[in-house]
Amino acid sequence: MTNSPAFSEYIRQFPPERLRGLIDGATQRDVADALNAPRLTLANLAALLSPAAAGRLEDIAQRAAYLTRLRFGNMIVLFTPAYLSNQCVNTCKYCGFNKNMPIARRTLSPAEAIREYDAIRVLGFSHILLLTGEDRRATPIEYMEEMVKLAAERFHSVSLEVFPMTTSEYERMVAAGCDGLALYQETYDPDIYQAMHPSGPKRNYNRRLDSPSFGAAAGMRFVGLGYLMGLADWRIETLYLGLHARYIMRHWWRTKISLSFPRLRPCAAGFSPDHPVSDRDMVSAITALRLFLPDADMVLTTRESPALRDRLIPLGITRMSAGSRTDPGGYSGDGEAGRQFDISDERTPEHVAALIESKGFEPVWKDFDRAFMA
Amino acid sequence: MNHTEATLPAPNITGAEDDPFIIADTSFVSRIIIGTGKYPSYDALRDTLATSGAQIVTVALRRVSIGNAEDRTLESIDTSRIRLLPNTSGARDATEAVRLAKMARAAAGHNWVKLEVTPDPATLLPDPVETFRAAEILVKDGFVVLPYINADPILALRLQEIGCATVMPLGAPIGTNKGLRTRDQIQIIIEQANVPVIVDAGIGSPSHACEAMEMGADGVMINTALATAGDPPLMGEAFRMAVIAGRRAFIAKLGRQSDAASASSPETDHVRSSDNLTGFLDD
Repeated sequence: MTNSPAFSEYIRQFPPERLRGLIDGATQRDVADALNAPRLTLANLAALLSPAAAGRLEDIAQRAAYLTRLRFGNMIVLFTPAYLSNQCVNTCKYCGFNKNMPIARRTLSPAEAIREYDAIRVLGFSHILLLTGEDRRATPIEYMEEMVKLAAERFHSVSLEVFPMTTSEYERMVAAGCDGLALYQETYDPDIYQAMHPSGPKRNYNRRLDSPSFGAAAGMRFVGLGYLMGLADWRIETLYLGLHARYIMRHWWRTKISLSFPRLRPCAAGFSPDHPVSDRDMVSAITALRLFLPDADMVLTTRESPALRDRLIPLGITRMSAGSRTDPGGYSGDGEAGRQFDISDERTPEHVAALIESKGFEPVWKDFDRAFMA
Repeated sequence: MNHTEATLPAPNITGAEDDPFIIADTSFVSRIIIGTGKYPSYDALRDTLATSGAQIVTVALRRVSIGNAEDRTLESIDTSRIRLLPNTSGARDATEAVRLAKMARAAAGHNWVKLEVTPDPATLLPDPVETFRAAEILVKDGFVVLPYINADPILALRLQEIGCATVMPLGAPIGTNKGLRTRDQIQIIIEQANVPVIVDAGIGSPSHACEAMEMGADGVMINTALATAGDPPLMGEAFRMAVIAGRRAFIAKLGRQSDAASASSPETDHVRSSDNLTGFLDD
C-alpha cells in the first residue's frame, strides 16, 4: 500500500545503546512529564519504564486504568486458542514444541479440526486463535487455508498465530476468512535471538521482524505483537515493542494493533529465562505501554496465575483467553499430544467470565462479525 | 510529519539550511506560502513577497492569466526565484478542478497544482468528495498535487495514500482570520502524516502561524491576514519571523509545563480510582 522502509531497516535508527541512554538518563522530572503528556514520545515511554519511575507505579497504573476506560469502557473480549498442530522444524530453546523434544506430535485432520471447533463453540466463544508450530510439510499453506475456512464457517473472528508468511500467503489467509494475525518477535535483541534459535527457518531475525508488516499489507485487520518476557532486558524489549506498534500504525493505519505479554513459563523444554520478569516489571510494562498506545488492545493469556490475572485486569487489559488448552485436540478430548506450555489458569470460561464481572468489568464474547469479511 | 521518534534536524542559527522544507523532492528554505489575492496594490504584493521570504506563491487561475507575461500579478512575482503554484479555486467539482489544473500545466510549464474545490461560496469550505476524486485523477496524470481540505484526519490519510505531495488542512474557513479552530484535528493529522502538513486558511495573525509551527506543522499558507493588513509588507516581516520562531520552538522540543512537585497530574486527579491498583505487588 505504501512505499515504506521495512521495519527491519527502520529499527536500525534505534540501536540498543540509544534506548539504554533514554532509560538511564530518565529523571523523576521526566517521569512526571510523561504522566502529563497528551501524546507520549519514545523518551516519555522510556521514562515510565526507567528505575526513576519506581516510586510512581501507582500513578502510572491509575492513568493506564483511566485511559483504558476512556477508550474501551470496561470490556474484556474473551477468546480461546486452538492448536492445530505441534509439529515443528525449529529448535527454539524455550519451547515445548522444539523439534528435539520427545513429545507426541500431532496435526489435526480437517474432520478432527471440525470436532475441535465445535467443542470450542459450545463453550461460548466467537473469537478463535489458531496455532501451529513451524513445519510447512505438516501444515502447508493449503492446509492453513482449509483450517481458516472451516473456522470462519463457525466463528465470527479467526486469527492466526503460526509461522511467518509472505504477503501473498497472508492474502490467501485473509481471503479464506482470517482477520487477525499474531506474531511475536520473541526477542528484539539480535544476538539473543540467534542464541535462542539455533536452527530452522525461525533463525531468520529480519524475516520475523517484517512479517507483521506483510500481514498488515495483506489486509489483516488485527495484528498482534509481543515479545517473550524473560529472554532479554524487559525495558529495552518494551521500547522496541512500542516502536514496532507505532511503525505498523503509521504505515497501515487501518490495522488495529494488539500487544501481548507472554511471560516464560515452565515447559517441557525445561528452559529457565536469563532475564526473569517480576510481577512488578510486568505491571510496569503493561501500564507504560497503555499510556504510549492508548488504542492498542492488550492481551492476557492463561500463562499467568489466576491471582495475578485478576489483578492485571484493571490495568489496561482488554482481551483474555480462557479455558485454554495448548495441545492439539485438547478441547475435543482426542488423545494426549504434547503441550506447548503449562497453563496456570485452569478455570472454565464461565468461571473466568464471572470473575471478570465480579471485578466490575464486562466479559464480551463477540466483538467482530463474519459480515465484515467479503 | 511526525518527528517524535525519528532524529530531529539540528537547529541552525543562521538559517534553515539544515531544516529544509521538502515538497515532492524539491527543497525550500522558507516554510511560508502566500497567496496573491486581495492586495491593495501590486506594489504591496511585491513588497510583501519580499519581506515574507516566501518561495512559493499561489495564483488563482480564474483571475490570473498564467501564460500572459503582462499579467499584472505575474509581473509582481520574480518567477526565477519563486515557484508559482496555480490553484483551482472557484472549481465546484472534480471535473472543473481537473480542467483548470490541465490548463495551468500547459501555461505554467510545470505540474504542481494547489487543488481547491470549494462549491459553497458562502463558506468556501472544501468539498472532500470532489477533492478526492480530482486528486486521484491528477496524481495518475502526473501532477504534484497539494490538496486543500478541512481538517479531517481520515481524508488526509486517504489523500496521502493515493499520492498527494502534501495535505493542507484549514485552521478556520478562508478569510475568517479565526486562527486554529481545528487545532485538535490538525494535531492528529500532523501525528499521522507521512507527507508535509501545511496549515492553510484561517491563519489571522503571526501568533496563529507560530502556533501551527510549534505544533509540528511543516508549513503555513497565508493570504487574507497579509493582504488586508494595514501595512502588508510589515506584516509580511512579522509572519516571516513568527514562522521561524514556531519552527525553532518545535525543533527545540517544546517542553511541557509540568509541576514536578505535585504527586499527580490535574488530568488524573478527578478520575483517580479509590482502589489501590498496585499495592498487591508489595505483598
